Amino acid sequence: MTQPKSATAGTAALEVSGLSFNYGAKPALADVGFTVGGGRFKVLLGPNGAGKTTLFSLITRLFDGPVGEIRVGDDDLRKQSGPALAKIGVVFQSPTLDLDLNVRQNLMYHAALHGMEKALALERMDEELTRLGMAERSGEKIRQMNGGHRRRVEIARALMHRPALLLLDEPTVGLDVPTRRDIVNHVHTLAREDGIAVLWATHLIDEISDDDDVIILHQGRVRADGNLAQVIRAAGADSISGAFDVLTQGQSE
Amino acid sequence: MNAVHAWRCLRGVLTREALRFVHQRERFVAALVRPLIWLLVFAAGFRAALGVSIIPPYETYIPYEVYIVPGLAAMIQLFNGMQSSLSMVYDREMGSMRTLLVSPLPRWYLLVCKLLAGTFVSILQVYAFLLIAALFGITMPGLGYVWLLPALIICGLMLGSFAMVLSSVIKQLENFAGIMNFVIFPMFFLSSALYPLWKMRESSDLLYRICVLNPFTHAVELIRFALYGRLNAGAAVVVTVAMVVFLGLAVYAYNPARGMVYRKGAPGG
Repeated sequence: MTQPKSATAGTAALEVSGLSFNYGAKPALADVGFTVGGGRFKVLLGPNGAGKTTLFSLITRLFDGPVGEIRVGDDDLRKQSGPALAKIGVVFQSPTLDLDLNVRQNLMYHAALHGMEKALALERMDEELTRLGMAERSGEKIRQMNGGHRRRVEIARALMHRPALLLLDEPTVGLDVPTRRDIVNHVHTLAREDGIAVLWATHLIDEISDDDDVIILHQGRVRADGNLAQVIRAAGADSISGAFDVLTQGQSE
Repeated sequence: MNAVHAWRCLRGVLTREALRFVHQRERFVAALVRPLIWLLVFAAGFRAALGVSIIPPYETYIPYEVYIVPGLAAMIQLFNGMQSSLSMVYDREMGSMRTLLVSPLPRWYLLVCKLLAGTFVSILQVYAFLLIAALFGITMPGLGYVWLLPALIICGLMLGSFAMVLSSVIKQLENFAGIMNFVIFPMFFLSSALYPLWKMRESSDLLYRICVLNPFTHAVELIRFALYGRLNAGAAVVVTVAMVVFLGLAVYAYNPARGMVYRKGAPGG
């Protein structure tokens, strides 16, 4: 296994500042700013409609807005989008695997898009699938796999090009409890051992561990940002679910 | 963007499209059945009704089913372009489009890769169609099958980028029927695919003018002449210009700062 690669000291793996975005007249994000450091697991917590998916679409440059800045390591996403995107691994909320292709074909497609050499891609594929206990299944068609295994393939895929930043948008939706726990643990391990910066969007409070960082997003605004204990204290609550309730109350449309 | 990365990306997109092509046999069969029905049923009924005359590139009287082969080849490409672009709008397919669009290469290049891959599949479909037509005795001069290839590449790219522009503008695509009625059929009927344009002019000058303006007409003519080893320079120019324009519009529509496609389906989360 290669050495952990974290963002260089002083530079956050992801830095978002002053980010606003509207769908027509409807504001989706308003002056959002935060950072994710190398090796940190940051939970983006928010009710449905808070703006999480919009934020992810902006960070992955599916679309771009005129207001605010996103930096991935040293690169400005707007000006150096190629190098910036090369450092990001992403697991979208809705599945993006080709159902008719097998695991290997899906992963090799991703490797090709990232310009990886075939031998290296095969090696990485083996490595990532082994870590997820899926090495035996590389010839299996996605269509024949259950939701948990499909998610694991997507995580393996996102790691093929060794990103410094891993984005996951509600990756455990629809999975059973043991599978959810495995995936949450696996990604925590990636942050801790490989130094990957993780941004994990969810509305499920039980996915947060004690030493995680938390951002609470509500109606397009950051309501809290810090490590778990700070966020709870700042909200004057005694648990994260209490803090979440306090910070996401009111102003519902 | 460096050349090695660009090439690996293109190869990856082509490989994926080829694999999907192999796995989706129903789609392949459907793509062939449609033109074959036109060729073997419609043309058989029509050959009695329509007088065939000698117009370039033909040098002798030709049966009607020979006349409509180029139009049907272009129709295969039109359908294929529509299907691959419109499917991008469906949620599941949008998923795979996302995988492509978040890759670290310029957006325009990724779209061109996608178009080349779609064109590649449409070319396989056209040659399969021509093979079956040949089994029914409808053949073209031998070298025509070779000259056809460049014509199909340029027509496929033109029709594919047209469809891509359309996919960025149209909101609801639950029914493919709407596209059939308002785009594919008018494009197909208001062209030289089924009848020579002079024939159209005899009945209506206005319709004739519309046909001449339709880029699909020029795609059909480019293919028709290529099948006889000849270059229709006028058609080649029109198709090329149309391709550049549509491609430019597609790149503009899929520009992240515009985000038309994604903004339309404003996500909920």
